[in-house]
Amino acid sequence: MSNTNISITIKPRSGWVSLNLRELWLYKELFYIFAWRDIKVRYKQTVIGILWAFFQPISTMIIFSVFFGGLAKIPSDGIPYPIFVYSGLLYWNYFSISLGGSSNSLVANEAVIKKIYFPRLLLPLSTTITPIIDFGIAILVLFGLMVYYHFTPTLLGIILIPVLVLLSFLSASGLGSLLAAINVRFRDVREVLPFFIQILFFVTPVIYPSTLVPDKYQWILALNPMVGIIDAARAGIVGDKPINFQLLLISAIIAVVLFIVGIFYFKKTEKIFADVS
Amino acid sequence: MENPIIEVKKLSKKFILAHNRLPYETFRDTVTNLVKKPIRMLRGEKKLKKEEFWALKDVSFEIQKGEAIGLIGPNGSGKSTLLKLLSQITAPTEGEIILRGKVASLLEVGTGFHPELTGRENIFLNGAILGMTKKEIAQKFRSIAQFSGVEKFLDTPIKRYSSGMNVRLAFSVAAHMEPDILIVDEVLAVGDAEFQKKCLGKMDEVTKEAGRTVILVSHNMEAIKKLCKRCILLKEGKIVMFDQTSKVVDTYLQGAQFATQQPLRQRRDRISKGRVTMTDIAVTTLSGKTEIESGDALRFWVKYESIFTKPIQNVRMVIMIVNDDLQNILWFDNEVSEHTITEFSPNGEFLCETGPLNLVPGRYFINLNFHIDGASEDSVLMAASFEVKENLQKFEFQKSADYKVANFIAPFRYSQEK
Repeated sequence: MSNTNISITIKPRSGWVSLNLRELWLYKELFYIFAWRDIKVRYKQTVIGILWAFFQPISTMIIFSVFFGGLAKIPSDGIPYPIFVYSGLLYWNYFSISLGGSSNSLVANEAVIKKIYFPRLLLPLSTTITPIIDFGIAILVLFGLMVYYHFTPTLLGIILIPVLVLLSFLSASGLGSLLAAINVRFRDVREVLPFFIQILFFVTPVIYPSTLVPDKYQWILALNPMVGIIDAARAGIVGDKPINFQLLLISAIIAVVLFIVGIFYFKKTEKIFADVS
Repeated sequence: MENPIIEVKKLSKKFILAHNRLPYETFRDTVTNLVKKPIRMLRGEKKLKKEEFWALKDVSFEIQKGEAIGLIGPNGSGKSTLLKLLSQITAPTEGEIILRGKVASLLEVGTGFHPELTGRENIFLNGAILGMTKKEIAQKFRSIAQFSGVEKFLDTPIKRYSSGMNVRLAFSVAAHMEPDILIVDEVLAVGDAEFQKKCLGKMDEVTKEAGRTVILVSHNMEAIKKLCKRCILLKEGKIVMFDQTSKVVDTYLQGAQFATQQPLRQRRDRISKGRVTMTDIAVTTLSGKTEIESGDALRFWVKYESIFTKPIQNVRMVIMIVNDDLQNILWFDNEVSEHTITEFSPNGEFLCETGPLNLVPGRYFINLNFHIDGASEDSVLMAASFEVKENLQKFEFQKSADYKVANFIAPFRYSQEK
């Protein structure tokens, strides 16, 4: 049982940052446990339990369809508005829930951080992975809608789903880790975050098609990684237009950059978390 | 010789204390300071006052495999900081620590317990946080549940547990860890006496039988003496002494005696702080004499303040008498006697009068603990000390006895039937 070959040297933090993937791997069980805890705790003492995972996206879709599609007559590239808005909401909800959760993950677990050591990165990562389950539930509704409206997804669209989820994960966890690390020192993040997410929602083509924006400005839009992701998801599933790979590529690059920058900043500031939180 | 399992070399930790600051900064503060700074400098004012504070300075020591080491010292001497450094929670400013083995630290009982989860679920959660694998926890699950004594409530959310049950469950998980190095902070201070004893036994077993290395911080000198052969005494961030436990504890107690000379109101080394503050204490005999002799009945007089404006209900007041070796000798718990009060005025003073106490001559300390609804609101160890003088006449002694042998004396006679 005893691992006498383990040897740890603790030194003052130096300038360079190592990801220490091996250590992260050693703590994989704790990672599952954190994710499991978040899932377990979520539906405790609720009457309808897991059904809430269906309720939220469906009700949002209905309200958006009535007001934006029905009354405001926002164009939807010629496809029924409910299915149009839902295909966007699916990814948006995943992104916003993950971003909100991961940005607050350190502050929410402050008590544990001050009392025990583990790679802190587990916290923002596990809070961005758990909502993938909600995504999995919510996508069932999309399939239902497609059957109802007689849509057949393109094969490419289906293949693209895991890739797009991965890109959403990279964006949310990267940005989330960055904000979580800043949040430890500056609680302003907590105040700004809901507002920031709301603004982001309106500059992301969820309730309107990306074609509403003139072509020459599209690349600016794509700096928000969710733009390329949602645009590609919609095109692939509903087949309203060909997938804009150029847009997707820009968003993918941004997602990867966000991830690297976020994780890097997180690791760099990690060691002072217990001192300043 | 084998390499020491723990090697600490010239370890230092610095904190920056910024005065009049919120515990966390807001972005606005930083921005306003950025603007204000140049203006201040133009005016020739000094920089914002920032104070450096070395919680630990140049600490070096080595611990061999299988040793149990006690870590003692007054509050604020750097014990907790040292434990946090050893458990990798904070990073040192200077120096180095080498740990040759798997480390588990228990700085708090029930770290990460989630109130909404059941006892069973929390065993897995807490175990994982403490570094156990799922398989390991599953194997030890029965034993953990049994040790805790809350088996019947394993499927109840722990928010419905009493605080005692919480502690039992948490400690049971912790007691089943199997690290090479175990770092423990004052966790034995919680829980009821019987369970504390059980935990002490378990800890002893862990070090002696399994050959584990333990570093233990405690205010309970008896526990330290029982568990640890060697002890480190810290003061103001430095190691004052690293020697055999009995010697180190003696040195520490001499320092503690010094603390009792400080007025109670000014004592900063309180074990708990809450809505009540005891501000003064005096001990006299029942007739009001300050010179106390064996066999005298005593009167304790305690003055206190609180934030309350109405009378305080459900007070449990415990005055404990402790001897030079820090053994508990006597305690006066207001819930025990039939001559008692449990409702206290929001501030003022109270008395506790005892019957004759046949204490052996020597020096005694008084520990005070003021609870409301079962939670400690103010607790001071060694709040005061008093000297008990010899009185041969009262006990009909013809000469001094060897008072080191026992804690009490009584008049007695020998005879033999012829």
